[in-house]
Amino acid sequence: MKTFRVVSQLVRSRIISMLKEGSRIDDRGLLDYRPIDVKCGLISRANGSAQVSIGSTKVLAGVKVGIGEPFSDVPDQGVLAVNAELVPLASPAFEPGPPDETAIELARVIDRTLRETKTIDLKSLCIEPGRRVFVVFLDIYVLDHDGNFIDASALASILALLNTRIRKFSIDEGELRYEEEYVPLPVLHTPVTITLAKPDDGPFIVDPNLEEELSLDNRVCISVDELGRICAIQKLDGSLSVDEVFEVVSIACKTAPKLIEIVRRESGLDAGS
Amino acid sequence: MSSEFVRPDGRLPDQLRPIKMAVGVLDRADGSAYVEQGNTKVIVAVYGPRELHPRHKASPEAAVVRCRYHMAPFSTRERKSPNPSRREVELSKVIKDALSQTIFLERFPRTSIDVFIEVLEADGGTRCASINACSLALANAGIPIRDLISAVAVGKYNGHIILDLNDEEDEAAEADMPVAIMPSFNKVVLLQLNGVLTEEEFKQAFDLAVKGCMEINRIQRETLRSRYLSIKGEENEDV
Repeated sequence: MKTFRVVSQLVRSRIISMLKEGSRIDDRGLLDYRPIDVKCGLISRANGSAQVSIGSTKVLAGVKVGIGEPFSDVPDQGVLAVNAELVPLASPAFEPGPPDETAIELARVIDRTLRETKTIDLKSLCIEPGRRVFVVFLDIYVLDHDGNFIDASALASILALLNTRIRKFSIDEGELRYEEEYVPLPVLHTPVTITLAKPDDGPFIVDPNLEEELSLDNRVCISVDELGRICAIQKLDGSLSVDEVFEVVSIACKTAPKLIEIVRRESGLDAGS
Repeated sequence: MSSEFVRPDGRLPDQLRPIKMAVGVLDRADGSAYVEQGNTKVIVAVYGPRELHPRHKASPEAAVVRCRYHMAPFSTRERKSPNPSRREVELSKVIKDALSQTIFLERFPRTSIDVFIEVLEADGGTRCASINACSLALANAGIPIRDLISAVAVGKYNGHIILDLNDEEDEAAEADMPVAIMPSFNKVVLLQLNGVLTEEEFKQAFDLAVKGCMEINRIQRETLRSRYLSIKGEENEDV
């Protein structure tokens, strides 16, 4: 990927020298996100959808729920399938074709975040153990890449899942029966992902924009849920010192509540309580 | 560690599995290595620096590392399809990213350094065993590196933080966290967490991983030293 992405030396050295003095090229604080904008449920044919913009980075996530076979090691659980596409609309560096390693990494980081926290109650999505279960397909579309599509994808994913409605069903002697009413997907947690970047010699920032992402050699993302549990980490570019590892985890734990608040507000989780 | 907890295979929480390492195990490759950690067996070959095709993928500034992590169909309990899975694509990428940190890439512009990893038997910790073997194979190929990368996984199993998970532990684990470091620079070049940890557990696990990496690094160095001491010995015999 890196060979396709270019940032001028001038911008790069400006970004790094400003960071060393504690300021950012777009005037943000080091630990501030760009403005986050959320639209839920804009794809009516999907069971659930959400579009999240962080600055001008834009990601659309859609959920379709179908019926399929369970995995043989968990025959009594529904299936979660996460796929991510870096569509060529989003950047001159993205090309048509099957997902490349960056897209697969994105999908797998989001997948781990949701799976390890048991965000979806997959047990309640079983129809006939070992034979038929509901399959939740979560498809992530990166539409505009101005840096940090991982955090935007994580937000869009959890919001799309919270937006998902399925036909109320009952199982009568192995027979699946639908009712007219739609009910929400059983979503138990609200994990979010925080990406941090830093120059070799300088402070950490969150939510790097594209110029920052290209200028800063070291990048890591960390997922945290509403209970403050760390549920996924992926070192992306570069390296971190041992002390920096503890620092990024602590910054992520402090930053997560702000993102989780957005998720709760936009999904109406707070309104009911 | 003072804990009384004993693991399914009888190890203590902070105990590595038995390790075997060898370098120069393949004749045609520029560098190669074989690593066993418990039942996990990995073989690695390195080719390069060599001309990169297609040429437009080359960088005028530095060598490009290409890496393929691949599991043999017979390496797992159920036969694994030889086609690359999404997991293998991701692991190839994170291993490549880690190796790129240690190689002096800028010394070999317009070339590629190709690293081929075959997991022959998978019993947990295959990506870490792969990285350990890759470092040795790079050294064996004579490719200049800053440090020997060492890797090991830590995890949380039955509420205990443990080192170097095998497959049985990994499957039941609450969390699994592979870590790779360049010990001489105190740099973390691979860090993934798959599972759920509190901040406190994370710190404990990460410290344990660093300790484990140090021990593996010592064995890697010993492996290289004995290899080249023995070559020197052979030459002397010829004279």
